[in-house]
Amino acid sequence: MLKILWTRLQQKHRTTAYPKGPAPELPPRFLGRPKIDMSRCTPDSCRSCAGACPHGALDIGERVRIDLGKCLFCGACEAACPAGVIEFTREYRMAVGRRGELEVQDAAYRLAEALDAKSRKLFGHSLKLRQVSAGGCGACEADVNVLNTVGWDLGRFGIQFVASPRHADGLLVTGPVTENMRLGLLKTWEAVPSPKLVIAAGACAISGGPYLGHPEVHDGCTRLLPVDLFIPGCPPHPLTVLDGLLRLLGRLEKDGR
Amino acid sequence: MSDMLAVRNAQAVPLAHMPVLEPEAFRRAVLDAVASGARIASFFGRPLPSGRLGVLCALAHDHAGTLSLLGMEAGEEYPSLSPDCPQAQLFERELAEQWGLRPKGHPWLKPVRFAPPRRPGGEPMGSGPCGVMPFYRVGGEEIHEVAVGPVHAGVIEPGHFRFQCRGETVKHLEISLGYQHRGVERALTGGPDARTSHYMETLAGDTTVGHAWAYCQALEALGRVEAPARAAVLRAAALELERLANHLGDLGALAGDVGFLPTQSYCGRLRGDALNMTALLCGNRFGRRLLKPGGTGCDVDERTLDELRLRLDALARDSASALRLLWDAPSVTARFEGAGALTLGDARALGLVGPSVRACGALQDVRRNQPFGVYRYAMIPVSTWDTGDVFARAHVRWMEFQRSVVFLRELFETLPAGPVLRAPGSPAPESVVVSLVEGWRGEVCHAAVTDAAGRFAAYKVVDPSFHNWPGLALALRGQGISDFPLCNKSFNLSYCGVDL
Repeated sequence: MLKILWTRLQQKHRTTAYPKGPAPELPPRFLGRPKIDMSRCTPDSCRSCAGACPHGALDIGERVRIDLGKCLFCGACEAACPAGVIEFTREYRMAVGRRGELEVQDAAYRLAEALDAKSRKLFGHSLKLRQVSAGGCGACEADVNVLNTVGWDLGRFGIQFVASPRHADGLLVTGPVTENMRLGLLKTWEAVPSPKLVIAAGACAISGGPYLGHPEVHDGCTRLLPVDLFIPGCPPHPLTVLDGLLRLLGRLEKDGR
Repeated sequence: MSDMLAVRNAQAVPLAHMPVLEPEAFRRAVLDAVASGARIASFFGRPLPSGRLGVLCALAHDHAGTLSLLGMEAGEEYPSLSPDCPQAQLFERELAEQWGLRPKGHPWLKPVRFAPPRRPGGEPMGSGPCGVMPFYRVGGEEIHEVAVGPVHAGVIEPGHFRFQCRGETVKHLEISLGYQHRGVERALTGGPDARTSHYMETLAGDTTVGHAWAYCQALEALGRVEAPARAAVLRAAALELERLANHLGDLGALAGDVGFLPTQSYCGRLRGDALNMTALLCGNRFGRRLLKPGGTGCDVDERTLDELRLRLDALARDSASALRLLWDAPSVTARFEGAGALTLGDARALGLVGPSVRACGALQDVRRNQPFGVYRYAMIPVSTWDTGDVFARAHVRWMEFQRSVVFLRELFETLPAGPVLRAPGSPAPESVVVSLVEGWRGEVCHAAVTDAAGRFAAYKVVDPSFHNWPGLALALRGQGISDFPLCNKSFNLSYCGVDL
């Protein structure tokens, strides 16, 4: 027992002060939300970035646009642009409430709004989620799981991942929804009592990610389930996931974060 | 042996040099090689212009440090190897499912992934949704069946487990996968192209560096270039950091599975610290974007190196203190000892790899047996134990953690100067290469066969989990069913790495 207490002192208190305090520092090379500066762009003559994105996230029609629902944050488009039009910033806040809002262009980006008052009353202080892994590479699951460690302590917000869909207020879906998991996902969804939420975490769940267009997958869960929160990333950083969850519950509004 | 083509790890050779045998001679040759100590590293098929299937087998000779390649051409069926060679069973099922090639006499011919056939007009092997198949059943009034998954209780990937139990004791466990099947290996055919590296980095998210390295190495062999020395060291640093993160995470989870919360809590945080060290190298916690064919996509400066050294020291110190608690708690070791034990004979027969086979006493590690990259001239000691149980797997992982820390310190001190990228030429046509890397779970094997234009006519990925899932099933025999999470976590196998 003494040894355990002594080790506890050595290991120290490690839970992040966020959101009351500052967010944990992200590495210098972290690629977060991209920024587009059209004033530097010469779309008619340059087109260096054309074809830079093999996943269809980059659209260079009249203006340069990046679909964060498809973006794997590989930085290839930034590297292809000689004029610095595209720049991946270290901004981790990216979760939105509607699919169309995942589009980054030369304008303000609209982060997710909180649920309406009635839903907030229901879920705001206690949100139980059933996670369904529906294809993908396991990285999204790994970084969602991180929120349960002492470093993040998701439980302090009343958010918890539960074993049974019957105990859940909603689903957090990862993966492109393989044909082989379609039934499992839908059955789990049906087993969650209403009213219920759906959160799509990661490029796979939003659009199919790297597997977009494969006949073996359904290009994410958006056509199968009504999604309330889209969290982009490949995988999303734990901070991006947490920001999205808290934003949805209206827990970040008052202090203007 | 004489009728096989001997190659080194990641040595590209013309496909025409590989002997191609008739099915019966092929079967004999593989069985003889396995009987004399070789392991099946890869075993896969590709359609030939003739309409027949070209099967390729890569055998690893751990003591000689070589691989040997052997081909077979078959029509619709061939005599199965599995009755005499259990480690072939999953490969043969895969061939049957993908290409409709029937292994005659296979004792356990069931779907692997419930995947659609790759041969046009082929019949699917499973009839119905994923996981619907005749499971092995134990008879008798006192027997009951427990079915778990595909949606599990935690935040984990999907798989289906059928336990045949008598009381609390598991008589037999059958594992059915395929839920994560997203067609990634199929999509690799015809590459390399702009999507290829993203596929490689997401074969198994927790083994991003291991798989990316195996791919880079294959492409470098086909493109006749060697990664610069500085890149080789950075790759090894990333691979060992991946090992640290996963071993720590699993040791913490093992503590959690026996209700020992202090070590579980500390390891959860420490795993993140290791991932954040990888993120310091390339910006991504899983090592995405770090490896590129021909070297690495980013370099480190002195300041980052200093920071990495500091963080490694802190990680080593805090991990030692967290794990000391675990090893000193008799309530923990009593649960670990004897749980899910495998014999070395069974482990070898099933063809297990990585810490799972080293925990049975085998001196088997690609870094030592078929060295690649910096491991060709920098040695990392192989850690083994001999009880084959949960304790052994946990202990081997902890020993490996410590060896990797020492090795990483050495790497950070001896980082050579120079460039980090030397672009490979276009892949050699009509060639074959087998590339092995010792990932944290064990041997990652990528094999590529190129066509006349240098495109991938076949690209075969064998994640270590492919070899090891049957090991977990066997380890459960005679165990209490409540020890399943503990046994499972001691292997911690990948679903997506198998389902592909």
